[in-house]
Amino acid sequence: MNDPVINIIEKYNKDYTRLMDILIDVQDEAGCVNEDAVHKIADAIGISVVDVEQTLSFYHFFSSEPRGKYTVYLNNSAVAIMMGRDMIAGAFEQEAGCSFNSVTGDGLIGLFDTACIGMNDQEPAAIINNEIFPRLTTKKVRQIVKGMREGRPVEELRGNDFGDGANSHELVRSLVRNNIKRKGPVLEDGYKVGSVIREHLTNMSPREVIKTIKKSNIRGRGGAGFPTGMKWDFCRRAEGDQKYIFCNADEGEPGTFKDRVILTEAPGLIIEGMVIAAYAVGASEGLLYVRHEYKYLVKYLNKVMDEMRAGNLLGKNIAGIDGFDFDVRIQLGAGAYVCGEESALIESAEGKRGEPRDRPPFPVQKGYLEKPTVVNNVETLCLAVKILKNGAAWFRDQGTEDSTGTKILSVSGDCREAGVYEVTWGFTVNDVLKTVDAEQVQAVQVGGPSGALIGPDEFDRVLCYSDLSTGGSIMIFDENRDLLKDVVLNFMEFFIEESCGSCSTCRILPVLMKQKMEKILEGHGTEQDIKDIKEWARPLEHSRCGLGHTAANPILTSIKNLRNLYERKVKKDVEFDTGFDLHKAIREGSDAVGRIPIAH
Amino acid sequence: MSKPILATASLAGCFGCHMSLLDIDERILELIELVDFNKSPINDIKKFTRPCDIGLIEGGCCNNDNVHVLKDFRKHCKILVSVGECAIMGGLPALRNGLPVSDCLEEAYLNGPSTKDENPEGIMPNDVELPILLDKVYPCHEVVKMDYYLPGCPPDAELLWGALTALIKGNELELPYEVIKYD
Repeated sequence: MNDPVINIIEKYNKDYTRLMDILIDVQDEAGCVNEDAVHKIADAIGISVVDVEQTLSFYHFFSSEPRGKYTVYLNNSAVAIMMGRDMIAGAFEQEAGCSFNSVTGDGLIGLFDTACIGMNDQEPAAIINNEIFPRLTTKKVRQIVKGMREGRPVEELRGNDFGDGANSHELVRSLVRNNIKRKGPVLEDGYKVGSVIREHLTNMSPREVIKTIKKSNIRGRGGAGFPTGMKWDFCRRAEGDQKYIFCNADEGEPGTFKDRVILTEAPGLIIEGMVIAAYAVGASEGLLYVRHEYKYLVKYLNKVMDEMRAGNLLGKNIAGIDGFDFDVRIQLGAGAYVCGEESALIESAEGKRGEPRDRPPFPVQKGYLEKPTVVNNVETLCLAVKILKNGAAWFRDQGTEDSTGTKILSVSGDCREAGVYEVTWGFTVNDVLKTVDAEQVQAVQVGGPSGALIGPDEFDRVLCYSDLSTGGSIMIFDENRDLLKDVVLNFMEFFIEESCGSCSTCRILPVLMKQKMEKILEGHGTEQDIKDIKEWARPLEHSRCGLGHTAANPILTSIKNLRNLYERKVKKDVEFDTGFDLHKAIREGSDAVGRIPIAH
Repeated sequence: MSKPILATASLAGCFGCHMSLLDIDERILELIELVDFNKSPINDIKKFTRPCDIGLIEGGCCNNDNVHVLKDFRKHCKILVSVGECAIMGGLPALRNGLPVSDCLEEAYLNGPSTKDENPEGIMPNDVELPILLDKVYPCHEVVKMDYYLPGCPPDAELLWGALTALIKGNELELPYEVIKYD
């Protein structure tokens, strides 16, 4: 039978837990997953139609309607807009002849917004049919759309100005640049993948591995900072015939792109870290969850893993350790920030909506397919390799008391040297600004939208878990930026868009807070509005996951640290202003009956 | 001591909340001992003649006249109370909020079963004397500051009575379960 949808379903053995892969392939093949395909999938894998639909409708890169032969996803994050995204969007609209979030009448070109695609150091950037188009100019846009009209393949539209390092690899061939500005243990040159497995792991018991990781005091590099050794130990002790190691490469926090660089330049190190974790906890299967935005790296990553299989670094009896079998497969996401949360990521890998789970039980007890699962960040796993290589003391001697070792920062925004910096914890914000050559800085967003916006008074604060914790995103805004409108509001829109909608707190309050914020920006704000915003943020603490907990952070931290921006906008002489605008409110009604809109 | 002054208005509502007020039955005699009425449909006083203590507002704002009346009440009343679902949330009239105003007008004056054969010229009411519809129906607190909210559709007469006497006498409002349950 030669039905492409059926072929795809069969490729995944009609396994309902592989629904994400099935939908991704069908979307790629047909340009959408239509009703017909949904029914076929539901029938074949034995789940209900609504179960397919709820996964389908959850993810940004899935659609039930065609999105054009060429689908442009243009980043609309704060830094993209600072770097001229709106001009690029205008050029696309003008050249294509349709507005954003629609498809041209002939079905050729679809234009869509998307959240940060991990290219903040080379914005404005778009994804077109899974290819990355960084550093766009209006001229390039005209060429691209012209090429689309001529029906050229997307590789031709992209051109051959490939980036440095593995970006030029024949299986990657992307225009993305690494912009590695400072190297440390993760990105250093000269490390031979597999040497720690061969030289150290073979001489260590799983307990010794965990002991070393614990001794190093390494904490999770994704942002939450949970002690890695403890996580591995919990999983090791958990009961289960099967255990899993997940690598979280769903880097969705706007402003981070360090995992993309690690995936490009040190993919072997990531897999080696997974092997070590698997050995420590007794896992036999691993899963590298890569965000859909980085799909262009998948072929290359698979080749790296094939080479490791050939070198006995993956597969059966790894490095000659009798009975140690472990292999890894790649799971692609499909565009959902919340999937960066570990239990949502597991749900997604099981083919479901990326909604965070209730905890306990924690993933180390009941994770993927109800089995004990370790979920670690890309950088954490890479560092674990180097900890075994150089010893726990080497790691602990770097950084600060509560934050040992190094951290990779993704720096973007108003500075001359945007890129990736591997530094030791204990760096101050001032150190960062000096290193990246930033001047006249008005504010810095540390840790992405879920982190904190801080002003110059606090630039002496320290990057570490006990002060300014960060998953690595640093965005710099100079004095010419309208922080409230261009940054804080943009971040609020991001959280509203990315909420999974499960908790009413996270579904509703950010919308109300954004409306308050707009009211203040329109000049109708009062002191009471600032108080209301702070008050309304409190119930968010009762949301199920980190997205809900931090969704108010852009507004709250900017009120706390840059209150004068708000004070300047709010009315001082009135206690209360609803912001109601009669003239605006009667316009539509007047037009409808052909009256002049005058009312008193 | 002079009696507190009470004013009431029905905006985009159905007068049901005012009817519910009449449901206090014989206590209306007690009420006129407690308060003087100013602008209100109950006594048909059309314009404020003096500052008032309490204003009761039924209904939200669906046109510019509602906005005008509500702002007038805010100016004249020390305490303003949203009475009933429509004043608090927009209520039934707010069902049009998801539709363009022109759709509503066309349904009412051009395509509705009672008008489609009777209005061959397709005339829309556009006399300058008529209020202009707002883009949506607004609850009162989105137009002016409201001090209190009495929920219900309509609020129970006991709730209205209890709230009014509490406000007048300065007592705490008692809210027994029976007056705020709606199932």
